Amino acid sequence: MTRSVINLTPTPEDDRIARHAAAAIALAVAEAAIPLPLPGVKPGLANIITLVVLVRWGWREAAWVSLLRVFAASLLLGQFLAPGFFLSLAGALASLLALAGAAGLPKKWFGPVSHSIFAAFAHIGAQLILARAWLIPHDGVFYLAPLFGAAAVVFGLLNGLIATALLRDLPGQQEAPRP
Amino acid sequence: MPDSIPKRSWRAWRGLLRPGDWGVVLAGFALCVGAGFWFWRGDAPDGVIVRASGRIFEKADLSHPRRIEVPGPLGITVVEIEPGRVRVASDPGPRQYCVRQGWLAHAGAVAICAPNEVSLTLTGRGAKYDSLSY
Repeated sequence: MTRSVINLTPTPEDDRIARHAAAAIALAVAEAAIPLPLPGVKPGLANIITLVVLVRWGWREAAWVSLLRVFAASLLLGQFLAPGFFLSLAGALASLLALAGAAGLPKKWFGPVSHSIFAAFAHIGAQLILARAWLIPHDGVFYLAPLFGAAAVVFGLLNGLIATALLRDLPGQQEAPRP
Repeated sequence: MPDSIPKRSWRAWRGLLRPGDWGVVLAGFALCVGAGFWFWRGDAPDGVIVRASGRIFEKADLSHPRRIEVPGPLGITVVEIEPGRVRVASDPGPRQYCVRQGWLAHAGAVAICAPNEVSLTLTGRGAKYDSLSY
């Protein structure tokens, strides 16, 4: 057997993704300590990182950061492969799709606040559909949809504002060149 | 990274919103209100149970318009479904009580065509009673 050494050299992109994902994971874990008024309603602070990465570095890196966060946070919180994990994953995937669309909106008119609200609606929509199809096969699931929607607007707005403020205040990197 | 993010006034926070963002926020709230009306209609029916001679002839949802022809001892009773409401369109009975009831649109509403032994019951949350005996 030949002994071989595999050298993995992280690219600057890898470093960025790791740093941003670490910040997102920290926020997700910290947020888990906040008592929730209603199961399923939470601020989703980790998405601030996703929003910032989306504007600065583009959708691909945002997707990495978001999905790494879903996996790592669920491992840390002991939720991995539990129903909550699949709800998170479905929400994250739907949000990323929404972000892919929202990022194409004219920047003069729509900023991270719009991205955030679209993503929040996609998130809760996917979770409700998955919950209806799999966990609670009854239309009663949708009874709370208006409250979830209101939470999506409020937290989407707050996260979007924080992301906008961060983008304005953090120095250094330029916005990502759009492909 | 800077040590701190500068403090902002309310006005400065508002300045972070772009024009379209306002529209998205308002549209989001409008969607919630709409969803509230849609999901919290109270006693809106979600389906109809058609019985003939005491047995369930058909259970239908109220999403598509359709007609159900129900045979009974006197002939055919025609049940007409529209989205969210149901009526007995025609019945061979002599007094036509069930036909004259018109459209039923509340959970728990019942129309009984006794001579032809056909009845309709609207199902759904918020029904005022579970069943009727007579």
